[in-house]
Amino acid sequence: MKFTSYIRLMIAALMLVSATAAMAQGETKLEKIETTAEREDGNYDPKPAIMEHIADSHEFDILEMAQIPLPCILISKESGVTTFLYAEGKEVNGYKCEEGKIVKEDGAFFLDMSITKNVFTMLLAAIILIVIFTSVAGAYKKNHGKAPKGLQALVEPLFVFIRDDVAKPNIGPKYEAYLPYIMTIFFFILMLNLLGLLPIFPGGANVTGNIAFTMVLAIVAFLAINVSGTKHYWGHIFWMPGVAVPMKLFLAIIEVIGLFTKPIALMVRLFANMTAGHIIVLSLISLIFVFGKAGESMAGSGVGAAIAVPFALFISTIEVLVAFIQAFIFAMLTATFIGLALEDHSEGHHTVD
Amino acid sequence: MNTVLLAADAFSLVKPDPGMAIWALIIFVLLILILGKFGFKPIANSLKERENSIADSLAQAERARAEMASLTAKNEDLLNQAREERNKILAEARDAAEKIKAEILDKAQAESAKKLSDAMREIDTQKKAAIVEIKNTVGQMALQIAEKVVRKDLASDSAQKELVEKLVKETNAN
Repeated sequence: MKFTSYIRLMIAALMLVSATAAMAQGETKLEKIETTAEREDGNYDPKPAIMEHIADSHEFDILEMAQIPLPCILISKESGVTTFLYAEGKEVNGYKCEEGKIVKEDGAFFLDMSITKNVFTMLLAAIILIVIFTSVAGAYKKNHGKAPKGLQALVEPLFVFIRDDVAKPNIGPKYEAYLPYIMTIFFFILMLNLLGLLPIFPGGANVTGNIAFTMVLAIVAFLAINVSGTKHYWGHIFWMPGVAVPMKLFLAIIEVIGLFTKPIALMVRLFANMTAGHIIVLSLISLIFVFGKAGESMAGSGVGAAIAVPFALFISTIEVLVAFIQAFIFAMLTATFIGLALEDHSEGHHTVD
Repeated sequence: MNTVLLAADAFSLVKPDPGMAIWALIIFVLLILILGKFGFKPIANSLKERENSIADSLAQAERARAEMASLTAKNEDLLNQAREERNKILAEARDAAEKIKAEILDKAQAESAKKLSDAMREIDTQKKAAIVEIKNTVGQMALQIAEKVVRKDLASDSAQKELVEKLVKETNAN
């Protein structure tokens, strides 16, 4: 009881944080990548560098020294599928590589299915997870009836935790059918979060802080929740039993809005938390350049570093925690929503007295 | 020109990129399927199997303990029964021995009493026989003496005296 109320409080707090973070982003309009790092008054402007790190890219940058070009796959109505390796300034088949972006010279719509930094990282995370879990599954076969060891012993507590504390109590007796989904949410988000915290190749991609990625997770969650909805669940949404008819209509509107706010909250929470973490670390690192006036003052850089490094380390450590917490919360809330959709008449039935 | 600029401006934190979204969907769904089939299912099954086997083992241990307890109780019962039996048998044996002892003693006493009375009777008959014999012998001796006395001439007193003394001596000597 104490634990669940704690979780609820934590979730409420995180929702608040997510909402404010999202609003702040809306206000500051961090939209355009500016090419100049220096402002007109000669001071260092950290915004372009931060935005570049957070954004997706067609190149994998290693410590600003080498760029690994990634394959571009572009689909459009006129020219079909076009593939090439990205290179700045390159022009292929009416497409042009421009400042890290690809534009079509006639301005028409095209679908950019390139293996970008984020897509590459997703594939990498997927491969790492497949290797880990198939080898662990093999270990269970090999060590049959024995105590777990090695990687198996590392994965087992997490697996058992998600099964026993996330899936089983929240989804209920039918949890087994949803287990692969909930497990994949947790481990995929966790792996991407942790890869995102690595400062150099092959990490550093802000996948879980990308709105497209969290949107996909939210859409899948929306489908999983509503496809498993029982008659009872839909009844409570469109025709709330036990209240007067005007109230039924009023509640139906609220409940229908609620159908969409749940996955949207999931989407925004993960996106905002991970992006905020990356922005904080990058902002702290930027302090070195802000204090050093973009390389003019070595003493300033020293002061900046003295302040920035301990803080960045502190925030990075917290980010490791956040990587786990966000993966846990996404899995937890998805399981809870599915459990609510699966709930049957037996519990929480309202009656008029 | 304007549209090109718009495309270049396209990056936004809160604007989802459709290509990225499609990739994410493909990778995520495939990952669920692959991990579900080759990772999570076998792991979940193995874990369940292990948990079941542990639960079974515990239940079995509990059963074995209960069985042990019941067996010990049964053994105790058997032991008590055996002890009672033994005591009963011992008591019976003691009684029987007592009885046999008494019988034997009685018999022996009866026997000895009979032997004693037999001996007494024997002694009695022997004594009577001996007395009869003595009587006979004394009678004969008296007759012999009397014969001798009669045969000798009883002329003188001295001769008579001498004779009596001699006879007496002879009889004494006998």
